[in-house]
Amino acid sequence: MASLVSHPDEVRVVSKRFGKGATNIDRYLELDGYKAVQKSLGMQPDAIIAEVKNSGLRGRGGAGFSTGMKWSFVPKQSAQPKYVLCNGDESEPGTCKDRLIFEHDPHAVIEGVMIAAIAVGSHTGYIYIRGEYRYLSIIMQKAIKDAYAKGFLGKNIFGSGYDLDIYWHGGAGAYEVGEESALMESLEGKRGIPRIRPPFPAVVGLWGGPTVINNAETLAAVPPIMLGGAEWFAGLGTPKNGGTRLFCLAGNLNKPGVYELPMGYNLKKMIYDVGGGIPDGRELKAVVPGGSSTPVLTIDEIDVAMDFDSVAKTGSMLGSGGVVVLDDSNCIVKFALRTMKFYRHESCGWCIPCREGTDWLEKTLKRFHSGGGVMKDIDNIYYLSENMLGKTFCPLGDAAAMPTMAFVKKFRQEFEDHLEGKPCPFERTGKIEHLPVYA
Amino acid sequence: MRFSEEFERRFAEMLGHYPTRRSVLVPMLLYAQDEIGSLTDEVITELAQRLELTDLEVRNVISYYSLLTTKPRGKYNVQVCTNIACMLVGGEELLEHCKKKLGVKNKGTTPDGMFTLEEVECIGACSWAPAIQVNYDFHENLTVDKMDQVLDQYSKKGTV
Ligand SMILES: Cc1cc2nc3c(=O)[nH]c(=O)nc-3n(C[C@H](O)[C@H](O)[C@H](O)COP(=O)(O)O)c2cc1C
Ligand code: SF4
Ligand code: FES
Repeated sequence: MASLVSHPDEVRVVSKRFGKGATNIDRYLELDGYKAVQKSLGMQPDAIIAEVKNSGLRGRGGAGFSTGMKWSFVPKQSAQPKYVLCNGDESEPGTCKDRLIFEHDPHAVIEGVMIAAIAVGSHTGYIYIRGEYRYLSIIMQKAIKDAYAKGFLGKNIFGSGYDLDIYWHGGAGAYEVGEESALMESLEGKRGIPRIRPPFPAVVGLWGGPTVINNAETLAAVPPIMLGGAEWFAGLGTPKNGGTRLFCLAGNLNKPGVYELPMGYNLKKMIYDVGGGIPDGRELKAVVPGGSSTPVLTIDEIDVAMDFDSVAKTGSMLGSGGVVVLDDSNCIVKFALRTMKFYRHESCGWCIPCREGTDWLEKTLKRFHSGGGVMKDIDNIYYLSENMLGKTFCPLGDAAAMPTMAFVKKFRQEFEDHLEGKPCPFERTGKIEHLPVYA
Repeated sequence: MRFSEEFERRFAEMLGHYPTRRSVLVPMLLYAQDEIGSLTDEVITELAQRLELTDLEVRNVISYYSLLTTKPRGKYNVQVCTNIACMLVGGEELLEHCKKKLGVKNKGTTPDGMFTLEEVECIGACSWAPAIQVNYDFHENLTVDKMDQVLDQYSKKGTV
């Protein structure tokens, strides 16, 4: 069980029941549980969607798309059943927040799925949890069972005449399955190969039916919005970036942990105040602001409001909330290599730019870090990444390319310091296998 | 091919959750593997028949997911994360330490069948790094010393 932290600047919306025993359904009910869904049942679906739209809630899975807008794309009439699918595949390196929601407040996710279903006219929801999170799937299965036992799920929920079933589903280890169309393939019992878009899942999704796919944190934010109102939620954040967000502070920090902070919270403050600064008298070197897919920020770029639009202005992304902090003892080339090793491992292999690009980049970076690099490799790394960008079948290719380009662009000197047989200037163990230089 | 009652109950229940039979495949493969130890030919054929799939279709799915395996692992699968957040605070050192201590390479199993060691990608414990999972249990904020304690605990647990 992951430990909890706190900081006075936190605003607890999604995490307000953490540590309060809310996995127990009666306790959840005492803490305002299942009130938002009852309220929603008395509303017109369009009014629910409008409320979520006006709240400025944007997807916490990474892309930051307006949640209300996404729901509004689901056709009102559909010959096929409609579905809601909660994405709990959480595998973006640096990200460990959905885990806490499932662990401490599973009913909030269920309630979020319920409200989404009512809003789009769906009668079936799935909560997909990554296979490694076995203890969380046990918690979720019990929560769902308890909700059925109370009559909150099943036929005629809360006496409203509305039927709604929610099921749990489990993965078995695959980052790519977090990508929404691969997620649907996985739920249908297949390899997680993404689907071509359009059509988008909101129109043609699970088994051909219109499907809303949202991240677990996004859905857990919906009940508070329905109870507190769009205006309140929007006011917590910055314009067009409503609410709060679970930031996962990780890496070289004195007080790493998952903190719920208002959208737009200053990154520098997040590192030095909330995260307690850099340990062992070291200096900050760089920050990956939103999971491994997001371009790195240098120390000159960290005076930034952590909302989707402000971080986008720096050329990076707010991403999935994983803030990974590097101190000055770390080698950027090695960091880039480890990042690429991950994408090479996770590439589903369906399209050539990603399958070959990640493999080639990992090999080049590996040789480079081992002192076997030549000057033109630096440009090659950049050029290869640039040529993956926008040319892959799903965004995983971009997720591998974008951070790599930023590493080269912003830390070129460090790449040059590795050139032509020089040992890595940062190596602590002196144990890297040295590879020959190929001209 | 016999599975536990628990497995059969879950299998029957989950079939009712989806419009197509094969949807239960991924979670049920994992549950089957947990019981049998690995996805043997027998398990594959059994599940393929039950879900009206070919063996090949099932194998295709197995090869995609990193938790699924057709080769038996040790009693305790020690999965050490070396991804970025863990790497920054000693994940690689932990992996090296485990290799030495257990005397195995990545994905190797100790001769007594007690431990398999595996380098894994992010397990969602980045804020409590460096972290490992032994089977499904998380161990977080580790040091080399704590790692030794964890391994010793499993060693003891496994020999009784
Ligand atoms: C390679 C890849 C992996 C992803 N992994 C996840 C994930 O683990 N969890 C998640 O919620 N979204 C993930 N996403 C984003 C989803 O595709 C999708 O945009 C998201 O679940 C939508 O929910 P949201 O609008 O609430 O963010 C991933 C995307 C890509 C391209
Ligand atoms: S970009 Fe990568 S993960 Fe996505 S479809 Fe292509 S090969 Fe698969
Ligand atoms: S990087 Fe190791 S748990 Fe996330």
